[in-house]
Amino acid sequence: MSKFPTISSKVIALNAENVDTDQIIPARFLKVTDKLGLGEQLFCDWRYNSDGSPKPDFMLNKPEMKGRQVLLAGDNFGCGSSREHAPWALVGYGFRAVISTSFADIFKNNSLKNGLLPVIIDKETHAQLFSLIEEDPNTSLSIDLAAQTLTLPDGRAVNFPIDSFSKTCLLNGVDEIGYVLGMHEQIEAYEAAHA
Amino acid sequence: MAKTLFENIWDAHVVAQEPESPAVLYIDLHLIHEVTSPQAFDGLRKRGIKVRRPDRTFGTLDHGIPTTDRSLPIVDELAARQITIMERNCAENGIQLYGIKTGADKQGIVHVIGPELGLTQPGMTIVCGDSHTATHGAFGSLGFGIGTSEVEMVLSTQCLLQRKPKTCNVRIDGALKKGVTAKDIILGIIAKYGVGGGTGLVYEYTGTAIRTMTMEERMTVCNMSIEGGSRAGLIAPDETTFNFVAGREFAPKGAEWDKKLAWWKTLPSDAEAQYDVTYSLDADALEPMITYGTNPGMGMNITERIPDPDKIADLSQRKALEKALSYMGLQPNQQLLGHKVDMVFIGSCTNSRISDLREAAALLKGRKVAEGVRVLVVPGSTPIKKQAEAEGLDQIFRAAGAEWREAGCSACIAMNGDQLEPGQYGISTSNRNFEGRQGKGGRTFLASPLTAAASAVTGVVTDARVLTN
Repeated sequence: MSKFPTISSKVIALNAENVDTDQIIPARFLKVTDKLGLGEQLFCDWRYNSDGSPKPDFMLNKPEMKGRQVLLAGDNFGCGSSREHAPWALVGYGFRAVISTSFADIFKNNSLKNGLLPVIIDKETHAQLFSLIEEDPNTSLSIDLAAQTLTLPDGRAVNFPIDSFSKTCLLNGVDEIGYVLGMHEQIEAYEAAHA
Repeated sequence: MAKTLFENIWDAHVVAQEPESPAVLYIDLHLIHEVTSPQAFDGLRKRGIKVRRPDRTFGTLDHGIPTTDRSLPIVDELAARQITIMERNCAENGIQLYGIKTGADKQGIVHVIGPELGLTQPGMTIVCGDSHTATHGAFGSLGFGIGTSEVEMVLSTQCLLQRKPKTCNVRIDGALKKGVTAKDIILGIIAKYGVGGGTGLVYEYTGTAIRTMTMEERMTVCNMSIEGGSRAGLIAPDETTFNFVAGREFAPKGAEWDKKLAWWKTLPSDAEAQYDVTYSLDADALEPMITYGTNPGMGMNITERIPDPDKIADLSQRKALEKALSYMGLQPNQQLLGHKVDMVFIGSCTNSRISDLREAAALLKGRKVAEGVRVLVVPGSTPIKKQAEAEGLDQIFRAAGAEWREAGCSACIAMNGDQLEPGQYGISTSNRNFEGRQGKGGRTFLASPLTAAASAVTGVVTDARVLTN
């Protein structure tokens, strides 16, 4: 996995709570056998009409939103199914970070393994961000994972939590499976003791 | 120090714990299916490694498999390809697959066959690339859903990196009234504590209502833990659990059974054990539940009226309810009783076991499905299908006008063509009512098998107690 960069980007705001992984990527697209190309189907049923034409009002379809790397979403983002296709679709579209007040546990784990940073902020800042972006849709934020800060346009930096292991893995592009494969002696010892 | 059931299992599975790092947790049982595993096997191929413990890995075909005649070719090319890849991945790695060509007599929904085969046992760590792995917690095991990267890690190492979650005692005391079921308990919990109420927590269900439940009822409760945001939901093992496991194909036998049983009996939480959070539900007061919205927390007593967004103070919650009612085509203060249904689905890892089918069949016996209503009855596994046929339940369903299908996930996830059409209303014994979950534009009411069967007969949302009293 590539090293996680410092992000500076305008934001796409999706003001809905409890966005489930069926909305992020509907089940009919889970028949793929690789991880690529799912960005096209991200939020498919909110994004396209039944004839496949884009819905002009949906945020992702507005021309000026193109290339934005940060999604601002409502509470409990990513609830429901464990499908890793959800972060694959978000990353496939071009997102590198999602900001919310909370994330569903499995989605959060899956995101961290795919270079998608879940940024958890307090309710007040979250509401302020939505207002800021409503006033100026071109508001730009920067996210510094090393410093664990989200910086607002007025220069105010807000800290966000992340466990130190995930942070190290993201910053250095650590292969977690390779890390555990390297512990084979301990795994063998456990198996021998529990045979 | 006094410990909880969860802590007892966790502590017994820690392979390594570095400071500031997640624990390396050993996984006893890994269940895989065709939809969330292909990319994981690709990862192993890229590393040039094989599955570490094929003897602890079991596969099934359930998510995308047709529930029609299995001797026919699969029309959906993508689904067929996924199945072929699953067959190849299992064969190459020496993994037992319960599918079409191999193990077909034991094929079924992953969370139904694990317990059925005796693979699921108390004290185990159990994972699967499916969020309803929480089901296995009914046996006093730690079962939780994982993503495909984690599937790859378990295939490679038989371990997972995990941060220890907090614990929550979900206490359910009292006795259920006639016509109120385990499904209503879990829908009640989720309606009360919300779809995010369990985030970061592991639920342990305790209380007199849980103790008197059968294993099948316990599985229904634990299954939907994830709908409340909790990755795992556990129930302490007791004689009911041991009696269910004993004698099954993969259950320990002889001296091994005695040894395991002695350990299983040490697993329940100590009386003085501390939980981080406590939730509760009064079983005595519970009524049959039904959902009206687009997440499983939008549920109510079946005789109640849909809440009014104007009476909700929190702006984002009000907007969420307005959006849900607009999608569902429902009005505030409306009753769901009497609302038309187009399809009834009896199945899924929540409610497709033999007791669920018996309950639905008892209600449908001698009655007919209302005109214009499509009823799909999809058993959870091939052995359950055979058992139901031996009991004549299939004849009852067919005589009533329902479709009797092969085992699989079917209309719960709607990947195989079993689905709602846009705008249609379905009453479903499954676990998710998200927008489009049961087919693009489809609208789902989640309820118990009793409520589903009663609604099949009348063609409208019906309180089963009206028909059975």
